[in-house]
Amino acid sequence: MKPADKKRVLKEMLFARRFEERCYEAYVERKIGGFLHLYPGEEACAYGVLEAAKPGHDYVMTSYRDHIHAIKSGVPPKEVMAELFAKETGCCKGLGGSMHIFGAEHRFMGGYALVGGPFPLAAGIAKGIKLKGGDEICICFLGDAANNQGVFHESLNMAKVWDLPVLYVCENNLYGIGTRIDRSTAVVDQYKRVSGYDIPSAQTDGQDFDKVYDAAQIAVEHVRSGKGPYFLELMTYRYRGHSMSDSNAYRAKEEERMWGKRDPIIIMRDRLIEAGEMNLDDYKKMDSDILAEIEDDIIKFAEDSPEPSAELLDKYVLAENDPWVNGGAK
Amino acid sequence: MSEIMYWEALRRAHDEEMTHDPLVICMGEDIGVAGGTYKATNGLYDKFGEERVIDTPISEGGYTGLGIGASFVGVRPIIEIMSVNFAWLAMDQIFNTAAKVRYMSGGQLTAPVVIRSPGGTAHQLGAQHSARMEKVFMGIAGLRVVTPSNPRQAYGLLKSAVRCNDPVFINEHELMYNMKGDVPDEEYFMPLEGSEVAREGSDVTLFGYNISVHWCLAAAEILASKHGINAEVIDLFSLSPLDREGIKASVSKTHRAVIVEEAEPAVGVGSEVMAIINEECFFELDAPPVRVSAENVPIPYNHKLEKMAIPTAQHVVDAVLKQLGLS
Repeated sequence: MKPADKKRVLKEMLFARRFEERCYEAYVERKIGGFLHLYPGEEACAYGVLEAAKPGHDYVMTSYRDHIHAIKSGVPPKEVMAELFAKETGCCKGLGGSMHIFGAEHRFMGGYALVGGPFPLAAGIAKGIKLKGGDEICICFLGDAANNQGVFHESLNMAKVWDLPVLYVCENNLYGIGTRIDRSTAVVDQYKRVSGYDIPSAQTDGQDFDKVYDAAQIAVEHVRSGKGPYFLELMTYRYRGHSMSDSNAYRAKEEERMWGKRDPIIIMRDRLIEAGEMNLDDYKKMDSDILAEIEDDIIKFAEDSPEPSAELLDKYVLAENDPWVNGGAK
Repeated sequence: MSEIMYWEALRRAHDEEMTHDPLVICMGEDIGVAGGTYKATNGLYDKFGEERVIDTPISEGGYTGLGIGASFVGVRPIIEIMSVNFAWLAMDQIFNTAAKVRYMSGGQLTAPVVIRSPGGTAHQLGAQHSARMEKVFMGIAGLRVVTPSNPRQAYGLLKSAVRCNDPVFINEHELMYNMKGDVPDEEYFMPLEGSEVAREGSDVTLFGYNISVHWCLAAAEILASKHGINAEVIDLFSLSPLDREGIKASVSKTHRAVIVEEAEPAVGVGSEVMAIINEECFFELDAPPVRVSAENVPIPYNHKLEKMAIPTAQHVVDAVLKQLGLS
């Protein structure tokens, strides 16, 4: 990847960090309701994988920790923020919320709130790709704890039996809500678990964009070339609790400090500075530009947007005026 | 018109819709090479191939979710779940995804899947293979539920369900696949909403759906021949939404209602139809409506006890006579 591209990615990852931190503030201000699951600490996972893929062409889906995957897939950030603010200008018109960000035109196929729920859905999208003969792949990002659901195994099995073009990315942040992985999961290395399905897999450092990007290129190439599914495990850490209602009391401060020293944005920044591609002032300017954009453009848009009109309450329960409900057009 | 069996009607609908649209696929346990437990997909594997007629592993949650995901990108899967008892394993995907994705995406995605599954009590299949789950599905916003009572409906409802942009659950019955009936020779699409008058009458309305329509029709014959009572039978082929207007029209004509269901009484078709009658035409009633339901028990294995758990035409006759003060 060229230095200019790396600088672009650094800016995108820093944007993701600031976007999520601003969501935290808006939640405290009660501008955002419901549940809110934030991504700081894990940015290199989404950006590393999706830089190696073709967002907007490839299909992407994930769990309820979904804002950043949506944005990287092409959903405009202000539409994501407006959705969080429950406004009609939100990407789902204020009907979805933080856990259900969708951007169908960008092939971001949604955030889902049942842990593990997207496993078979992603395999199904991959089945659709295969039937239609396209070169797209489906990329499904889920956390480590989702792998303890039954559909994890069912979906891996089907994906392999039918050689479906699906890439499962496991963002292993070591905790399933508040339970540490070794206390809930017999095999801690998640990439080992898929060997039972004869699916190729790899594990890499999810805090280092370059390593994620390199591993993802291999994974994406494997899937796109028609060789079937692939499983990529990224070792990462979320800086905040599972959700805003999580006190985060279950993690040792020493552990948090250790992971804080391996910040994906700082790692990438320092590497670019060391290579002479930018200096600290450039970075600070980048940061202040992002903060201004978020405040002046994104937050303002969300604040100023109207609430959904009352007729949206039942508009999307079923298809409108579907002729087949009446037995067809004839 | 041709007289064909219920399974043949389903098979014909599959065949025609798969011929019409290359993105219509069918999937389920043993539906391909083996031809399907109920033969609803018999011969389609040879005709359309393994990419479109998919023998799935025994993973109801997995393959139902896979079908739903495929439907997001234009595929129209017809998913057969071998028994509604197994549909519980797929309920997360049906309830949390198929029924809700249109809504929570603000209309961006839709899940046009058809899920077919037989419920009902057959012959000594025991508690875990005799469930009647229609009451569960009809309570889910965002999901259509239809339940064909004869081969014509089985054919016409499946045809429309495949083309409809909503997820549709088709509640079939273990005992009805070999039932014969007339089906139009020309292509026929049945409405997914409404009800049908299965027998016109004037003295009392018997509401049935799926197999209980046949108990109602048998009861109506007994009532006519032995008691001089002219019963109307309404076939509620759509359980979600229920046909409020059709229910109101018939009760406004006969002024009496007996609702016949194969399921346990609580939170079911009977209680729902009764609520609609209360809301729509309470003052048309000459007597309180009555439910004829299954006993509130898991279905026993013993054949004598099994029969005691499920209503019969005679139960319907008795309920009508009692409602009329004749017993």
